[in-house]
Amino acid sequence: MPRLVSHPDEVKIVTSRFGKGAADIDRFLELGGYESTRKALAEGPEWIINEMKASGLRGRGGAGFPTGLKWSFVPKVSAKPKYVLVNGDESEPGTCKDHLIFLHDPHAVIEGTIIAGLAIGAKTGFIYLRGEYRYLIQIVEKAVADAYAKGFLGKNIFGSDTEFQIIVQTGAGAYEVGEESALMESLEGKRGIPRIKPPFPAVVGLYGGPTVINNAETIASVPHILAMGGPAYAAVGSERNGGTRLFGISGHVNNPGIYELPMGYNLKKMIYEVAGGIRGGRTLKAVVPGGSSTPVLLPHEIETLGMDFDQVGKAGSMLGSGGVVVLDDTVCMVEFALRTISFYQHESCGWCIPCREGTDWLKKSLTRFHAGFGTMKDIDNIQYLAENMMGRTFCPLGDAAAMPTLGFVKKFRKEFEDHLDGKPCPHAKHLDVALV
Amino acid sequence: MSTETMSIFSPALATRFDALVLKYPVKRSALIPMLLYAQDEVGYVSDAVMAEIAERLSITALDVKNVASYYSMLRFKPAGKYNVQVCTNISCMLRGGYEIFDHLQEKLGIGHKGVTADGVFSLEEVECIGVCCWAPAIQVNYDFHDELTNDKVDQVLADYKAKAATEGAR
Ligand SMILES: Cc1cc2nc3c(=O)[nH]c(=O)nc-3n(C[C@H](O)[C@H](O)[C@H](O)COP(=O)(O)O)c2cc1C
Repeated sequence: MPRLVSHPDEVKIVTSRFGKGAADIDRFLELGGYESTRKALAEGPEWIINEMKASGLRGRGGAGFPTGLKWSFVPKVSAKPKYVLVNGDESEPGTCKDHLIFLHDPHAVIEGTIIAGLAIGAKTGFIYLRGEYRYLIQIVEKAVADAYAKGFLGKNIFGSDTEFQIIVQTGAGAYEVGEESALMESLEGKRGIPRIKPPFPAVVGLYGGPTVINNAETIASVPHILAMGGPAYAAVGSERNGGTRLFGISGHVNNPGIYELPMGYNLKKMIYEVAGGIRGGRTLKAVVPGGSSTPVLLPHEIETLGMDFDQVGKAGSMLGSGGVVVLDDTVCMVEFALRTISFYQHESCGWCIPCREGTDWLKKSLTRFHAGFGTMKDIDNIQYLAENMMGRTFCPLGDAAAMPTLGFVKKFRKEFEDHLDGKPCPHAKHLDVALV
Repeated sequence: MSTETMSIFSPALATRFDALVLKYPVKRSALIPMLLYAQDEVGYVSDAVMAEIAERLSITALDVKNVASYYSMLRFKPAGKYNVQVCTNISCMLRGGYEIFDHLQEKLGIGHKGVTADGVFSLEEVECIGVCCWAPAIQVNYDFHDELTNDKVDQVLADYKAKAATEGAR
């Protein structure tokens, strides 16, 4: 069972019910649950969207798109049914925050889904969890069944004349299915291949109907925002980045775990104080700030860096999924780059050639390099390949592979050069093991 | 297909599938869950599984196979009773995921995608399983085991072995 951690700097909003038995619907109600949904039902769509806009909440799935704005793009009138889609595919390496939300507070996700439905005028919501999360799927399914039994879901929710249904769906193993249009394909019973955009999901989404898709953490934040009010939520975070975020700190720190901190919290402090510093008193070598697709940062780049979408973007990386991966000085960056790229090579769906071929060539080059058979030309080739994958695919998986690669090569070029001419990797241990 | 006609699935699963295909706006949306639940019962996605699912969804078996081949959790031959999946992705790698994988290979005497002779265990190196903050971690069938050491792994294996001894290998 995943261990819960705590730190005094945390501001517990989304995590406020963690460890309190809130998966049980009666306990959830004791803790103030479903009050926001009742309020949303009474106040109506315009009020909901205004509160969401005022909250400054930006999507927690990775791209950081403002949630209220996304909801406002859905056409009011539509011939086809509209849908809400909750993205619980959570497969970006370094990311495990939604795991805890489903485990400890599944009703917050249900509430957020209903509220999103009320905001856009949808009658059906889907909660899609990655297939590996079977025990969490069972928890969410039970929570949904309990909500139906109480009349919070169904034809007349909370005794009103409004209908809302929720369907819980399992995946079966695929990172790419976390991409919004691929997720819709998967939900339609197909291979998870991305769709060309535009049209965007808000106009043509699931089954061709207007669809709002949000990350599970985004959705779980919604009832809290309505409870405390949009402006109050915004005030917790930094400029243009409302509220808190569930940061998942993993790797070489003393106290890894999921910590809920205000947006804009300093990264150095996060590593050294919140997560207890580097394991074994070693020195920090690098940080991957927001899941494996985000370019690596060096120790001097995190000194004053506030963890929000804009500041991390300005520093040349991305806040991404909030998965902070910490590397100490024992790590071989070539090996780390290879392991990162092996993942994207394995997960590329093969639909777009630059991604399919690019990830494969990157993996081949890095494998050769790591084994000590690289040439100076390979370093340039790796960079050339990555640069030419960027922006040339239907979905950003190609970018997700190219961006960190460029970061590794540019920031650790010297270490790549140290691998030249058959010199054994100074940290050599693994990674001739190829994933099939 | 109704439960009265011949089904390769247990009555409970057949009944579940009867309901599942009616749950969605489009029948075919049941495909991926059906494949996974069928695999849970049968052990793998066999030709017979795909044929029956195709019939239930009024699509071709080839279409089913095409979709099934996309998803990494679906397999086309049997695994062990306990499928041990070791994450070696970055967060686990940094905290000894490969050492755990090595240890398991040695203990079980099999490599990636191998099955032990008694059919009790199979082993697989997998991509990130969403437990990065509690690394290194493995998943045995659907159960997570986190913050592992070699000793903890030995205990986990011993527990499953004991369970297999009382329940039978398959
Ligand atoms: C390859 C790929 C994988 C993704 N995986 C996930 C995921 O597992 N969970 C998630 O919420 N978003 C994921 N996304 C982002 C989604 O496409 C989408 O932007 C997000 O679900 C929108 O929700 P938000 O606005 O609440 O962030 C992924 C994107 C790409 C390109």
